[in-house]
Amino acid sequence: MNVIKTIDELNAVKAKYADVVGTRIEGKENGVRDVLVCGGTGCTSSGSMKIIDVLKEEIKKNGLEDKVNIIKTGCFGLCALGPIMIVYPEGTFYSKTEPEHIPEIVEQHLKNGNPVKKYLYAETVNGDEIKSLNETAFYANQHRVALRNCGVISPEHVEEYIARDGYQALYKCLTQLTPDDVIEIILNSGLRGRGGAGFPTGKKWMLARNLVKDADQKYVCCNADEGDPGAFMDRSVLEGDPHTVIEAMAIAGYAIGANQGYIYVRAEYPIAVERLKIAIKQAEEIGMLGDDIFGTGFKFHLGLRLGAGAFVCGEETALMTSIEGNRGEPRPRPPFPAVKGLFGKPTILNNVETYANVCQIILNGADWFASMGTEKSKGTKVFALGGKIHNTGLVEVPMGTTLRTVIDDIGGGIPNGKKFKAAQTGGPSGGCIPAQHLDIPIDYDNLIAIGSMMGSGGLIVMDEDNCMVDIAKFFLDFTVDESCGKCTPCRIGTKRMYEMLEKITKGKATMEDLDKLEKLCYYIKDNALCGLGQTAPNPVLSTMRYFRDEYEAHIKEKRCPAGVCKSLLSFSIVKDKCVGCGLCARNCPASAISRTDYVAPGKKLAAMVIDTQKCVKCGVCMDNCKFNAISKG
Amino acid sequence: MAFKKSAIPFSGTPKQEEQLREVINRHKDDPGALMPVLQEAQEIYGYLPIEVQQMIADAMEIPLEKVYGVVTFYAQFSINPKGKYKISVCLGTACYVKGSGNLYTKLQEKLGISGGEITPDGKFSLDACRCIGACGLAPVLTINEDVYGRLTPDDIDTILAKYN
Amino acid sequence: MVNIKINGAEYSVPDGSTILQAARTAGIKIPTLCYLKDINEIGACRICVVEVRGAKSLVAACVYPVNEGMEIFTNTPKVIESRRTTLELILSNHNMSCLSCSRGGNCELHQLCNEYGVDPHRFEGENQKTEIDNSAVHMYRDNSKCILCRRCVAACAATQRIGVIGANERGFATQITSAFDMDLADTACVSCGQCITACPTGALSEKDDTEKVLEAIANPDKYVVVQAAPAVRASLGEAFGYPIGTNVEGKMIAAMRRLGFDKVFDTNFSADLTIMEEAHEFLDRVQNGGTLPMITSCSPGWVRYCENYFPEFIPNLSSCKSPQQMFGAVVKTYYAQKIGKKPEDIICVSVMPCTAKKFEIGRDDQNAGGVPDVDISITTRELANLIKKAGIMFNDLPDEQADSPLGGYTGAGVIFGATGGVMEAALRTAAWKLTGEDNNAPVDFKEVRGVEGVKEATYNVGGKTVKVAVASGLANAKKLLKDIKAGKASYDFIEIMACPGGCVNGGGQIIQPASVRNFTDIRAERAKVLYGIDENCKLRRSHENPDIKALYSEFFGEPNSHKAHEVLHTTYKERKLYR
Repeated sequence: MNVIKTIDELNAVKAKYADVVGTRIEGKENGVRDVLVCGGTGCTSSGSMKIIDVLKEEIKKNGLEDKVNIIKTGCFGLCALGPIMIVYPEGTFYSKTEPEHIPEIVEQHLKNGNPVKKYLYAETVNGDEIKSLNETAFYANQHRVALRNCGVISPEHVEEYIARDGYQALYKCLTQLTPDDVIEIILNSGLRGRGGAGFPTGKKWMLARNLVKDADQKYVCCNADEGDPGAFMDRSVLEGDPHTVIEAMAIAGYAIGANQGYIYVRAEYPIAVERLKIAIKQAEEIGMLGDDIFGTGFKFHLGLRLGAGAFVCGEETALMTSIEGNRGEPRPRPPFPAVKGLFGKPTILNNVETYANVCQIILNGADWFASMGTEKSKGTKVFALGGKIHNTGLVEVPMGTTLRTVIDDIGGGIPNGKKFKAAQTGGPSGGCIPAQHLDIPIDYDNLIAIGSMMGSGGLIVMDEDNCMVDIAKFFLDFTVDESCGKCTPCRIGTKRMYEMLEKITKGKATMEDLDKLEKLCYYIKDNALCGLGQTAPNPVLSTMRYFRDEYEAHIKEKRCPAGVCKSLLSFSIVKDKCVGCGLCARNCPASAISRTDYVAPGKKLAAMVIDTQKCVKCGVCMDNCKFNAISKG
Repeated sequence: MAFKKSAIPFSGTPKQEEQLREVINRHKDDPGALMPVLQEAQEIYGYLPIEVQQMIADAMEIPLEKVYGVVTFYAQFSINPKGKYKISVCLGTACYVKGSGNLYTKLQEKLGISGGEITPDGKFSLDACRCIGACGLAPVLTINEDVYGRLTPDDIDTILAKYN
Repeated sequence: MVNIKINGAEYSVPDGSTILQAARTAGIKIPTLCYLKDINEIGACRICVVEVRGAKSLVAACVYPVNEGMEIFTNTPKVIESRRTTLELILSNHNMSCLSCSRGGNCELHQLCNEYGVDPHRFEGENQKTEIDNSAVHMYRDNSKCILCRRCVAACAATQRIGVIGANERGFATQITSAFDMDLADTACVSCGQCITACPTGALSEKDDTEKVLEAIANPDKYVVVQAAPAVRASLGEAFGYPIGTNVEGKMIAAMRRLGFDKVFDTNFSADLTIMEEAHEFLDRVQNGGTLPMITSCSPGWVRYCENYFPEFIPNLSSCKSPQQMFGAVVKTYYAQKIGKKPEDIICVSVMPCTAKKFEIGRDDQNAGGVPDVDISITTRELANLIKKAGIMFNDLPDEQADSPLGGYTGAGVIFGATGGVMEAALRTAAWKLTGEDNNAPVDFKEVRGVEGVKEATYNVGGKTVKVAVASGLANAKKLLKDIKAGKASYDFIEIMACPGGCVNGGGQIIQPASVRNFTDIRAERAKVLYGIDENCKLRRSHENPDIKALYSEFFGEPNSHKAHEVLHTTYKERKLYR
């Protein structure tokens, strides 16, 4: 593609590709089918690249090269059903696609126009009627702003991005708005940082624009070091729609007066890194990054920096320290990055999802964005649904949607008939929300009020089989592992917290220990140097608040109600249910099971018994017993 | 003090050294070049032994200790070689609540090594990682580029057998 | 000025003050552990937390700037309890063998624990696995006492720009070690000891050689002489309750005599001797086209730094041994002859403000009498410990004078202990020489005095223009040398001292806690002692020292003679950065 210098040139590209993309959006008929295969991490992990290979082969065999386009997209969101394949213009939704399904699909559907029902997502098939993707419960309740292009366009073709209004917002800013106008729009939209604390984005930009007037250099950074284990919305945006982040960063650069940006992305996201590299190169080629964007003289360059496996680098000062080539240790604030950030220069840092909203706000106006959401939390929020839930994946809903809607309606509820126990939001900085709060509208302030936080949007569902003390311990283990080691409260304090939790899960703690733990939590919140440390106690405090009975059961009764904490478990054989088949004994790794003399009424062989001294509590016997004769308690 | 040099002798080739010098040269005007240089160095050598860190320190005119401090801060960098097959078990939240901890334990038992270690024959190394973003497949482990999802501990034997 | 409230009372404090500084002006000392002004402002230890109205958590006073209308609370129950918990957490991972600790009675952590009334066992759990590093000749590292304040790292990496130690690993596993946990002896550590004086606890200390001294004194077959460097008298008193900047020369000599040394001499004497050799070497280089700039060689930390990091400047180093070594060389040759002893029967002990001197005594080519010039080198701190251990009531001692003939000195010898002092002393003799031995030649060269890191001056003496530079602290030295290499600067004569401020702030001096160092320039206070002595000296040029004159007439002939070269000069070698 050539360098785009004018709006006419941009619009020409848009028009040229509108049809191509339009097939997918509006179901336009142009005689060509688009087959969209998810190339996100989830589907790639379940084999979508193999699907593409077989598709290509079969299409060739059937001579359909001119009739079918294969498009590798970003994440559709419904990772649990991967690999996902969508065929337009119908919008039919093939799930859990296997290479063996492809010949039939190509022949029947792509060649003859008859979708192969048996391979479609069950919910979309109702007798003869086939629903499209957007009509499924998973998608129907969503509202996609940040994810609008994910799963719709090919992220490796900037033309498709342009066809979806790409780079129009940048043009508008550079030619019709002053930097102050841009900041005002963002301010008025009510957009708040999607990375954790929810600081108003417009205010952040305003500070970086105004606090240091005579800076010779400023920076725009993008936090794509998505470290919350269980959150992957930023990855999906980068994989599915990288240009939206690039465009938004250029707009931010214009707003604050910066001409250099850095994207700090997790090295663990190879696909996202690759697509970003391609996207940056394309943006440079068409002049959307460079020294004279749209001929306005505005200059903006973008560099990519990879993280190297340190959760703390999601903290803004640590991220900057890391880009500078150092150990990613946070610095005390003030000075705030808006005054003294990267390389000592005024800097703004926003996360991927925040940027993913910016272009839409510029194009549709602050009021449009502010019309979504709650009073203090505007717009939508993407959640990564995971854990004990049917539809694991990515969902985007307006702020203020209830957890119940997200979990039951969109997420499809909890599998295996189990009971909901808690939803964890905010990752290692957040908390566990119990059933009683399922109907609270989700926004920044409500989550904080109930002892959790928005965080980056990880939403892990837990059922009755999850022990909340164990979960708290899991998060503390994470924090201890990821603590940078700089400040005393986090370095030693979280370690001591972990040890106390371990004592509880081993049944060795007293109620005084629980009290000591709680005090230590509040101390760390007040005293740690950075956000990672200050929020590290949240998983413990929130579980103590809502599931104190579980803590007390571990301490007073030496019992783990969920049956997770091994030290407190004991396995035994219900002798009247045991048929004496001996399967348990053969599979026991510790040779802890032997035969008794007792033959239960109606059984032929003598019952088995577990020697609790030898038992290592692995649970293998229970998994193997076909007669439910083994009990855990 | 116990000198933490890798027990396995360094076997860098002149070609690798040339590649490393090219990397350092390419980054020499970048502000904060140490991280990208280390990342590319690890791609060239597979790990970052003292010999490599010294080359970087000398060429970039920074103290070896600073290089080492950065290397030991980030989980991605390793001063010991990794196995031919790098096993990585996801201990992210979504995988953990679905039992990836049990996979990790089982692998440790099977391979006879702890996390972060390498089997004596150099075949397997085992690490835990935090979320690769394949939460839909939880619990997940990866072996080199291969991803295995929706696992139970019973699957471990079959998977390992593929690499034996 | 900004108006703030501290604990309800109003104050007006300078713009840009931190809460710590503001509170100090109000007469409130906020405790610190990790904070060292200018070089370690990292807000890491959290002991200095205070409450600020409106802030969501406690803030670190050491780095938090005040602003108009700020309301600060420094002693609420929450603040006190937080600080106590911080201390208790530190103790839960601390080797509490305080009774036998080298910093017993002088430990910043211990002091705070006393003030806050901690329960040392409130938190218990895993302690980090640490190892003792005993490898270097000058120091002892015990990470089980380390609190990770990183003051040593700042001293090594920021003040000295060496960076052989640093924080490695992360989280609870973080430790201050050298790369790959190498022994310090295998690194390019220059032994300056700035890390030791920065350490708030007993994690870092000098190698204790005091027992060797006591054994030597107790050995009837040995004749034991002692010398004390100029800067020692400016700091030793601090160990006995004297204010910083007290001259305790007389009591120091009296104390050393009471320890049982056979002779108590003075390094000031050999400082004069060094000037005789060095000034003449300089004149020789200027007049005969030798390598310039000539750079002084009396700071062994600097010499080692040059050998490790700037070997291309080795030809610029003066070949003169340091005053410590010249003293030992004279004792084992001239003085041995004079008293009819074999050099091997004499033990020369030195008391130095310096830990690198322990390294220097073991260098090659430092054995004029066929045996090491100096046998045992102890620091100012070790002398204080010896005095205490021996029950000598220092404060009650009379002022005494050093023995003759190696005890008399001029003002030029004593100012060696402060940055610029060697330069000034050399210029005094060089100017006298260049003006045709005119006694009215200038004596005071005030431009090279003071604590600035790099000082420059140009003098016109006897028709010659001499451009000089003085650097102290190796970060400053590095900058100077790089400028010279890049052709951005050129000089005839340079003085470099490894420690900022020179020997008065050496790594072997009495340790002042950060609460003092952050608010008092101890370098300047101690330097004042030396310039005060100089001012009161009748003789202020080295060549005027009658004992020096006698030494040349009886033994060496003249400065830079063949014999002087054999005894008083040495050689250097390039050293690798890693083993």
